[in-house]
Amino acid sequence: MSKTASKETMIQAKNIGKRYGQDVILERVNVNVEEGEFITLVGASGCGKSTFLKMILGIESATEGELLLDGKPIPNEPGSDRGIVFQQYSVFPHMTVLENVIAAKGFQKSSITGYLFGKEKKAAKQEATDMLEQVGLGHALHRYPHELSGGMKQRLAIAQAVICKPRILLLDEPFGALDPGIRADMHTLVLDLWRKHKLTIFMVTHDLKEGFYLGTRLWVFDKLRHDPHSPNAYGASITYDLPVGHTATPLFEEIDQRIRPLNTAEQPISSME
Amino acid sequence: MGKSMKKLINYKPNRTNTILLGLLPFALLIIVYMVSSDARLAINPNDKLLPAFSQMGESMYRMAFEPSKRSGELLFWQDTTSSLMRLGLGVLIAGFVGLFVGLLTGALPIFAAGFSPLLTVVSLVPPLALLPILFIVVGLGEVSKITLIAIGITPFIARDIQRRTQEIPAEQLVKAQTLGASTSQILIRVVLPQIMPKLIDAIRLSLGAGWLFLIAAEAIASTDGLGYRIFLVRRYLSMDVILPYVAWITFLAFLVDFLLSKLNRRLFPWSLEAKS
Repeated sequence: MSKTASKETMIQAKNIGKRYGQDVILERVNVNVEEGEFITLVGASGCGKSTFLKMILGIESATEGELLLDGKPIPNEPGSDRGIVFQQYSVFPHMTVLENVIAAKGFQKSSITGYLFGKEKKAAKQEATDMLEQVGLGHALHRYPHELSGGMKQRLAIAQAVICKPRILLLDEPFGALDPGIRADMHTLVLDLWRKHKLTIFMVTHDLKEGFYLGTRLWVFDKLRHDPHSPNAYGASITYDLPVGHTATPLFEEIDQRIRPLNTAEQPISSME
Repeated sequence: MGKSMKKLINYKPNRTNTILLGLLPFALLIIVYMVSSDARLAINPNDKLLPAFSQMGESMYRMAFEPSKRSGELLFWQDTTSSLMRLGLGVLIAGFVGLFVGLLTGALPIFAAGFSPLLTVVSLVPPLALLPILFIVVGLGEVSKITLIAIGITPFIARDIQRRTQEIPAEQLVKAQTLGASTSQILIRVVLPQIMPKLIDAIRLSLGAGWLFLIAAEAIASTDGLGYRIFLVRRYLSMDVILPYVAWITFLAFLVDFLLSKLNRRLFPWSLEAKS
């Protein structure tokens, strides 16, 4: 089952860097993560927090240093041990809510189509229904994604990810497009699922407040060095690595000041991360 | 009154007026035709260029309900079924091949690298220029006509499907992988169903070209078919057959397009709304 008392390092970043040609995105990222942590990643747009998430996901690779999962290099393609919820396009538009989750169960099977039949299908349907009730979609099983609100779509995306029992759940600005009230509900849901399924969560967010009270640990991505003549000469690193719940207000304001000006300035341009 | 008149640019006709305005050009065309036809027939009752509607009706009745003296067939229906059969088979083959090639090249970069340049070149070959080759290789029978239609529209369908496949958000493909899906599972469960409505759209768009190739092939080498008939009776200036046949071909083209669009809506209810 679970290694409840495990204090082993799960993810280890050793001097990680990422560059695209001349542009340095990340540099000198050194960090260890234990199983069961809930880490929030904040920072200005283009600071590399999403890039770091994509490295764990396996769709980007570091150009320097090593990223290890259980002491081994992290796989260079996505796998079922690392679930993901994107800001959008995370669900399959041609399947109903229930079919979306049953399909996720089917994909676990190593067959050509992943279709389930007979008893297996019945069991998957039951499990999917239970999962959907857990995330509050029990009343919308037979609706298509285009008939759901933004919040409901994200609930579905989370249910899909969690039913596959990933060890790591990656959330890439999952609530960025939602109203504040709905966002609060989603926080409760994610915290519940995190505790219940003993997940290790990485969540990228623009909302510093979200980072300060959700989860166990907060990472702030920012540039340590800055060359005004060549803004991309240096990459960002993790400038603050804070346990959540023990941070004094002045520090919050200081970090807010550091990441906010850039943040608001770049808001109108669609995110390039 | 003058002041309260809207500018022309702001005037939108209501539903009834929209329909009436739409019918108006048709009514005008028919009236112009009838007047011209009457005028010519008044001068020369044997005039063939603009036959009266009654003459067309008689000719079509003969072709549709009286067995041909030569073959004993009802020519109109024989022509219609032959042509629809050729078009249907050609389009079906093009649909299958186009879907297969488009899906693989759209979803798998390694296939795109191998086939995209070839597909681009093939799509630039004018299909009608291949017709003599087809006649030489597969003969003058049904196969050459069906092959021409298939060859003519497959590249279009394949490239359209390739583009539509590439338009599926990468997030979905990554998501499927994090749920444990294999390549074949992603192709069959995630990509294929989302491409099916696009395939029907691509077929609808390619049907115009399909009819073109059908009629061209039938005009050159055939013993029946709608295209064959209008080119045959051209020798006798039989406008009383050609005009109704052209109208019939137009109606069939409209009908097929309409049915395909209905089918799309029926089979894939999520597709239209999901676009927005």
